[in-house]
Amino acid sequence: MPFIQNTDADRAAMLAAVGVKTLEDLFEGIPAELRHKGPLPIDAGLSEDELWSELQELASWNSTTTAGCFLGAGMYRHWWPRVVDALQGRQEFVTAYTPYQPEASQGTLTAFFEFQTMVAALTGMEVANASMYDGSSAAAEAVVMAANLTRGRDKVVVSRGVHPHTRRTITTYLEWTGLEVVEAPLGADGRTELGGLLDDKTCALVVQSPNTLGVIEDGAAQAAAAKQAGAISVACVYPIALGLLESPGAQGFDVAVGDGQSLGVPTAFGGPSFGLFATRLANVRRMPGRIVGQTVDGQGRRGFALTFQTREQHIRRAKATSNICTNNALIALRGAIYMAAAGPAGLREVAEHCLAKTQYAARELEALPGFSLRYGAGASFNEFVLDCPVPAAQVNRAVDAAGMIGGFEIGRWYPELGPNALLLAFTELTTRREIDALVRTLAPLAAAATVA
Amino acid sequence: MNKDLLLYEKSQPGRRTLRLGRLDVPAADLSALPAGALRRTPPDLPELGELELVRHYVRLSKKNVSIADSFYPLGSCTMKYNPVLNEAATAIPGFNAIHPLQDSGRVQGALAVMKRVADALAAVTGLPGVTLHPAAGAQGELTALLVAHRHFVETGQKQRKMVLIPDSAHGTNPASASIAGLQAVEVASGPDGLVDLDDLAAKLGEDTAVFMITNPSTLGLFETKIAKISEMVHAAGGLVYMDGANLNAILGVARPADFGVDMMHINLHKTFSTPHGGGGPGAGPICVTQELERYLPSPRVVEEEGGLRLDYDTPYSIGMLRGWAGNFGVLLRAYCYIRRLGAEGLLRVAQNAVLNANYLRVKLRGAFHVPYDRMCMHEFVCNTKNQREQGIHAVDVAKRLIDLGHHPMTIYFPLVVSEAMMIEPTETEAKETLDAFVADMLLIAEEAKHEPEKLHAAPVTTPVGRLDEGRAVKDPVLCYTCSH
Amino acid sequence: MRPNDRHYLPSHEWIKITGDTALIGITDFAVDELSSGNEGDLVYCDLPEVGRTLEDGETFGEIESVKAVADLNTPLAGEVVEINPAIEDHLEILSEDPWDRGWLIKIKLATKDTSKLLDAEGYEALLASQN
Repeated sequence: MPFIQNTDADRAAMLAAVGVKTLEDLFEGIPAELRHKGPLPIDAGLSEDELWSELQELASWNSTTTAGCFLGAGMYRHWWPRVVDALQGRQEFVTAYTPYQPEASQGTLTAFFEFQTMVAALTGMEVANASMYDGSSAAAEAVVMAANLTRGRDKVVVSRGVHPHTRRTITTYLEWTGLEVVEAPLGADGRTELGGLLDDKTCALVVQSPNTLGVIEDGAAQAAAAKQAGAISVACVYPIALGLLESPGAQGFDVAVGDGQSLGVPTAFGGPSFGLFATRLANVRRMPGRIVGQTVDGQGRRGFALTFQTREQHIRRAKATSNICTNNALIALRGAIYMAAAGPAGLREVAEHCLAKTQYAARELEALPGFSLRYGAGASFNEFVLDCPVPAAQVNRAVDAAGMIGGFEIGRWYPELGPNALLLAFTELTTRREIDALVRTLAPLAAAATVA
Repeated sequence: MNKDLLLYEKSQPGRRTLRLGRLDVPAADLSALPAGALRRTPPDLPELGELELVRHYVRLSKKNVSIADSFYPLGSCTMKYNPVLNEAATAIPGFNAIHPLQDSGRVQGALAVMKRVADALAAVTGLPGVTLHPAAGAQGELTALLVAHRHFVETGQKQRKMVLIPDSAHGTNPASASIAGLQAVEVASGPDGLVDLDDLAAKLGEDTAVFMITNPSTLGLFETKIAKISEMVHAAGGLVYMDGANLNAILGVARPADFGVDMMHINLHKTFSTPHGGGGPGAGPICVTQELERYLPSPRVVEEEGGLRLDYDTPYSIGMLRGWAGNFGVLLRAYCYIRRLGAEGLLRVAQNAVLNANYLRVKLRGAFHVPYDRMCMHEFVCNTKNQREQGIHAVDVAKRLIDLGHHPMTIYFPLVVSEAMMIEPTETEAKETLDAFVADMLLIAEEAKHEPEKLHAAPVTTPVGRLDEGRAVKDPVLCYTCSH
Repeated sequence: MRPNDRHYLPSHEWIKITGDTALIGITDFAVDELSSGNEGDLVYCDLPEVGRTLEDGETFGEIESVKAVADLNTPLAGEVVEINPAIEDHLEILSEDPWDRGWLIKIKLATKDTSKLLDAEGYEALLASQN
């Protein structure tokens, strides 16, 4: 049997040691009437080579993003140096568990300590945890933390520009907490309009920049408005953009969260990714998730251990800051290796390439008659809403026929943008040839629409 | 040369590993960005060339004890072998380089994997409604409690707010209940380590929402009266939730639906061999009865004419607990595992896991006290009662095991056994590995009598000795640059 | 035998009444349980604001060690009039002298009815029965 090493002889010796005759006898604790009769309705097992063939066939039913892909909307195709795969893939990292025994886990713990340092540096915050599940759940946990920090306040203001999955996750987490979620609308410029929404009942403001429409928000003004109202400000970030754009910490935000996927993680149909969570040191006792701290052993040697564990579910149970236990450590390790491989210069280079491709595409697409950028060329980092003369679905079909993957029909999430709005994303992996091919594919659609 | 330097201590200005090719479009016009948008100071990330980067992480990896190098009998965590092929599967571009918003017609392979995993989990549990959405077991639990809460509100039973949880349960159970807006109530264990039915009966009532049970329990015991318990909970109008952390022991042997379970989560990173990765990523699918299926989170894989698709717009859904459909990479690994084993293999998993655990139990019970010494399932709990006079605690045994080349068992859990040592060998370990572990445990029992200081001093073979964890809290240093 | 000049709760708090006020602390047993005998393991103590009114048995704070956390409950109702200023930065006082220097809060008593509390003998008996 695959992966089971004991032979029949081993089993016989062990059964004798236990004092029973058959394997079935081991299950005496399960009443006979509860035992399942016969085999489960699951196909017979395969050998490794048979499975590999099957996997290749299944994989061939999927079109990959490698031939040109303009989909983003929360997950982006970036390059990662192949050392990321080789190092993260080491069995010593892959097959270890949560570092509850620090002496036997200094590898993982040191890597998390460095991860926390890099996340804090990237976001401009004082502390970061050792990762969350993803950006959406990190944002929901940030709101829960904000509510705990500002007891008595029960209103959560969330920008409509925040990713719809994140907004929905926040709503789901908060459903029974008594907190009310209020949506801050987007203005004609694609930026959040806070109006008079922030007040002395508001515990948290959640914004995202660049937002889901690709528009860079005025984070400093938003953080200041939250501060004035006494609310905790939460910024959802796109880590790659922070190579170029101002950090939430410098803008005055209290909490930075985000999805780490852009930091060396494949899109892989949506996961696993990892979540970033960083905040001010004063909030550390309310922060969810695992935290690694530096300390010393009996001989004064530097070492690392999980710390502030009493916040966590295994000790505080019903009163824990969060129920998170397993997080996304191995993927966060990818993120750490990526950040260390990039350094400040590499990250800035990636960000500048993203921006350069986006600006190039914006100019080329805007020049097509009938097409326009909803929020202008200067509003974006690596993604923009293109208003098309025909339905976005039709545009995507044409792009698909050209062997590439089109953008996202953003009207599905923002009906107010209409069916012709297409959200297009560009990264350092997007080539000029791909952009030119996209332009060539779209051009006849404009002409056709004009004729009609 | 100090090989223990941190990335930041190795960093040299001007170095880096990631360098892109020449830009094939005009350079970015930074002045086009909104005023104040640009970062004023670059992030303080370390700067390293590729070789130093490789050495750093290779050296770190050697400071870990992992399944790949050592026996790892961490109770309740099911540290079984993680098949290497499954890792390779996730690197196939057709699975790796696909975007969750691609047209469903272009990702039928990924959707088929998800569908097949869901079907297999339904077969194993007997519960037909499956969601693969939750990111880990704790999120699965929370999902299920949100489902239950919604169900009671929808059916006019708002008053059902109490979640009854045995005192031996995992800490995530009460923590999840709090977030779901429900109230945790502890149910006592009887002297046999099983749920105290009188206490349960006293706590069941009109306000009961859910009874959460880990079965087999964290003591490694099958809840013999589970059918009766389910009957009592159902009679009181409540739902039975099973924490599936220990499902490994009953794969193919018993289906939770057959003993009255209405909802359960499954830790794919335990039972279905997906790697623990130093603490994740996991996946915590939940399986529920047909009645509860409509409340499951979005999106769901639905089958329609022309193929499969992800439905984000399912009425009655409790919502989302994370972005996208699920940890696809983890689901894919679990798929590979299920396909390798098939129905017969899954049954063999349970049988061999239980055999290995019982073998260790009978071999160790002379030297260490086993409070519930009877046939166990996939794991059992012993403690240091016999070593108390020598001042030996569970932590001392654990640390000494590290010096002897094993990863320790889980200690101080479950809370109902003092000085608990919870041992789960899993089915993938060979008899000679178990024998070597037994020999070392017996050695430790002898050392406890004659050289207790050796245990107190352990570990001595590791990169660091026992750490001052009090200092880590009182004088927190949580990142490198903030302390400089 | 533990001091018999005061009363105890089964959750290991003590209360020592002097006139209209009382000092409240935790017993050596509680300190030991939390810190597993290692005084450096006590890491945090959360005490209430002066002026807060406490009901009988109400939780007024928390004490944490590296691996455990315990609620602090008041044996009798009253208003918090003082907290021990030395505790926050010197939790080791609790290990050194839980009975005098290690008091946590001082309350102005709303009641002096100690009939529901344990005396030293009762507390000793309770500990003996738990072991």
